[in-house]
Amino acid sequence: MRPANWIYTLPLRFRSLFQRRKLRKELDDELRYHIESKTEEYVATGMNPEEARYAARRAFGNPTVLKEETQDTWGWVRLEQILRDFRNGARSLWRTPRFAVAAILVMGLGIGATTALFAAVRSVLLEPLPFKDSDRLIRLYEQSADDKFSYNQNSGGVFAEWKKQSHGFSDLAIVSDGATYNLSAPGAQLPEKVSGAECSWNLFATLGIPPVVGRVFGEADDQPSAGGTAILSWGLWKRRFRGASSVINQIIYLDSKPYTVIGVMPQWFAYPGPSVHLWTAINHEESPQEMQAVDSHDFLAIGRLKPGASEEQATSELSLIIRRIHDQQPENPFISVAAQSRPLLDDIVGEVKTPLYVLLAATGCVFLIACLNVANLLVARGAARQKEIAVRTALGGSRWRLLCEHLTESFLLAAAGGAVGVIIAVSAIRWFVTMRPDMSRVDTIHLDGWVLGFAAGLVLLCAVFAGLTSAFSIKTGRILPALQEAFAFAQCGQVRVRLRKALLSLEVGVTVVLLITAALLLKSYSRLRAADLGCITRNVLTMHFSLPETKYNQASQRVNFYEELLTRTRSLPGVLGAGLVRAVPGEGYSGDSGFAIAEHPPVPVGEMQFAIERWADPGYFGALGIPFLRGETFAGIRTPAQGRQVIITEAFARKYFPDEDPLGKHLLTIGRQSFRVVGVVGNTRFHVAAHGEAWPMMYFPLYAPIYDGAVPNRVTLAVRSNGNVTSLALPIQKIVQQLDPELAVADILTMDQIISKTTLDARFEATLLLAFAVLSLVLAATGLFGVLSYLATQRTTELGVRIALGAQRSEVLRLMITDGLRPAAVGLILGLGVSVGAARVIRGLLYGAQPLDASVFVAASVLLMVVAAASCVMPALRASRIDPMQALRNE
Amino acid sequence: MSKPTDLVQGTLDMLLLKILALQPLNGFSISQRLKQVSGDVLQVSDGSLYPALHKLEQEGWIKAEWKTTDNNRRAKFYALTRLGRRQLEREAENWNRLATAISHVVKLEET
Repeated sequence: MRPANWIYTLPLRFRSLFQRRKLRKELDDELRYHIESKTEEYVATGMNPEEARYAARRAFGNPTVLKEETQDTWGWVRLEQILRDFRNGARSLWRTPRFAVAAILVMGLGIGATTALFAAVRSVLLEPLPFKDSDRLIRLYEQSADDKFSYNQNSGGVFAEWKKQSHGFSDLAIVSDGATYNLSAPGAQLPEKVSGAECSWNLFATLGIPPVVGRVFGEADDQPSAGGTAILSWGLWKRRFRGASSVINQIIYLDSKPYTVIGVMPQWFAYPGPSVHLWTAINHEESPQEMQAVDSHDFLAIGRLKPGASEEQATSELSLIIRRIHDQQPENPFISVAAQSRPLLDDIVGEVKTPLYVLLAATGCVFLIACLNVANLLVARGAARQKEIAVRTALGGSRWRLLCEHLTESFLLAAAGGAVGVIIAVSAIRWFVTMRPDMSRVDTIHLDGWVLGFAAGLVLLCAVFAGLTSAFSIKTGRILPALQEAFAFAQCGQVRVRLRKALLSLEVGVTVVLLITAALLLKSYSRLRAADLGCITRNVLTMHFSLPETKYNQASQRVNFYEELLTRTRSLPGVLGAGLVRAVPGEGYSGDSGFAIAEHPPVPVGEMQFAIERWADPGYFGALGIPFLRGETFAGIRTPAQGRQVIITEAFARKYFPDEDPLGKHLLTIGRQSFRVVGVVGNTRFHVAAHGEAWPMMYFPLYAPIYDGAVPNRVTLAVRSNGNVTSLALPIQKIVQQLDPELAVADILTMDQIISKTTLDARFEATLLLAFAVLSLVLAATGLFGVLSYLATQRTTELGVRIALGAQRSEVLRLMITDGLRPAAVGLILGLGVSVGAARVIRGLLYGAQPLDASVFVAASVLLMVVAAASCVMPALRASRIDPMQALRNE
Repeated sequence: MSKPTDLVQGTLDMLLLKILALQPLNGFSISQRLKQVSGDVLQVSDGSLYPALHKLEQEGWIKAEWKTTDNNRRAKFYALTRLGRRQLEREAENWNRLATAISHVVKLEET
């Protein structure tokens, strides 16, 4: 039709869409008027009224058919049909509420879980970073000379040369994360510890993010001689400064040194990590020596590629620069030889990539199982309606119309499931965000149009899959057998049963994959929890503090503070031991140092010798129960000359003193001072999940002024008690307050909490996957139960005949159980095959567990077969108890 | 569809348009007029008018209105629209062309 006509008839079309009932009545009136007029005409020719009415009807034709034909001309026929299908579908679902609710819930779970994970994957992994032209931002690394660290952190000196000589970047910035400040104000406000980042002045320009209040650093602020300046995070500004814009140019004290607040960053901004709340200028914070050192890898560098420059070219130029530096000092093994890079997004979310994709795959499996289950339910429903459908086919219902009806029904279920799913997804996302605050970008996870579109896609997929499967299980060709119910029912049922068994095998297969991956992750997690840190972890409380450098500028001040703190803490009731250390086991790597052994020949040029570095007070080892294998703890360490002592770990001794007694030997380290080895202690792990053997570690005395004549000011206090150790937190804080009211302690955690925190991701993944596996196991079991019950009813007559002819009941029981277990066995084999591949994929997430762990595979198989057998037993028992007389009478 | 035999659907449409071009009529009168003008040549059941009429209405060629008849009853009267008149001209032209061509063929001398 031409547009002109279309517009012309628009009102009529609207009328025929929205006033259908009225139109129908009008049509009735119109036709009645015709017949009545005709009747009158016949009466006028002399017929009697009765006859006249029949004649008029005859002349008119079949009014019902004509009415339908007329209505067809009104348009919207398809729509009307669809509406009718929907009405019918809704009605028939309403009649079987248990089925409908079960199917909708199952589908809602599948759709909800998958949608939530998709939202997470999309927001965390796929969406670009919120920085300006974020695809041009790359993170830069140094590659160490021995290839042990391909993606190592940067040294200040190398970065300075990069910045001077390279051409591929419009901006290069350097950051030091992990800085913590004791934030205090002269007034009444309590001091607190704040995580911050030191950054070069151009960091914010490199990322392309302006401040919301004030300004960012200028080049003049980023100098050792400049006055202290600081930029606040939105959160810190709102919380501590009540969001007042008067904070600009206000003086705050960081580690007792004055800083001018110059700006506030936007609410969402947190680089390099979610815990960073304060930025300071790096050249103001770090010593010039540190910023020029080419072998001390303490920083991270990012760059913005120039327009037109490729990441590869730019990085290879950096490699050339670093190579030149390396070649100038070939004897220093700690100078890197090449540069590496990866997109900033990969750097930020790299660690969560595999876990998130694994979880998405798992929810995909749950969704698949939900689809299979609903398809299975619909097939069963189709079986119950076999006769109705046969009758309708016989009366001329077209296959297309029947198919449409099936699709509408499954579409209704899927749509309702989708609605439930979106609700589930919303709460799942909320839960996810609160459960995993440690995950980078977790706060960006949200539902948007894409995610909702994805959910809609799932609904459609599920509807079409379930609808088509059940529709094709109906053999419309076999009308007659279906109508001759009793005999042929079993035959018709066979097709359907085969289909249902195939669906079940698939379902079981997917369940097996989920079970095995979940079991592997669970095993890995339990290994993690059981990992021996090398010290006592029960009833141990830890907390951090750092003494402000300016206030405690004398070594003796610091030592006095430490000793006073320890003395008072140890005298608290219930305390078994207390010690100070740079970082307790499980708390992290915290740094290392290269060294040489005075008694050994020099190591070959270019070879590295280094160990994790700790400083500790003499009582630390006893407090945490770290055993002395040889020698004893530090003693008489007040002067640098006395204090040059070192305690090494077993791993250190084994690696560097394999065939000799390390006691009395000397390590040359920390500015080539000579340290005498006074003891060997047991190994401790710096991280719960640190793979492989323990790393060599060396302890230096905390009280000895060996660091350029200074005593370390950053320590962790570890206290062990005989009971509830958390009750000691307050008394200890009080002691600290008495010693220095401006000093803040932070991260008050028990060792168990530290372990839980660092194994949170593993626990999260394992628990979630286990939940999915259990869910799918239950679904598969119900599916199996349903199919077998159906099968048993179908075969009542046959079984009755068999029993009547002398079949043993145990024989019948065996028959039915094998029948049910066969699809489970097929699915199991299928699932085991796929699991081998899946286990390879998650290998990176496994700690101390083999991907092809035989015990896990066997346990999962056994569990599955037991559950399958259990769900077969009931229907099989019922079948074997058939009363032959009863069964035959049914015929 | 119970199509009137031997009558192409388009022809019935054209006839209806032509009848309505003369004057607005209700369904019953249209069927009477149809019989009148065509005699017994058109064997159409009365009712089959209505699907055709409603189709023409949906196309926008005729419009309908409820009016009172001479004997004081309410009936639905159909009238030709401007679009309908144009359509009638087009169809009549087509018909004439077709009829001329066919009669030419029929009149061909057999040799």
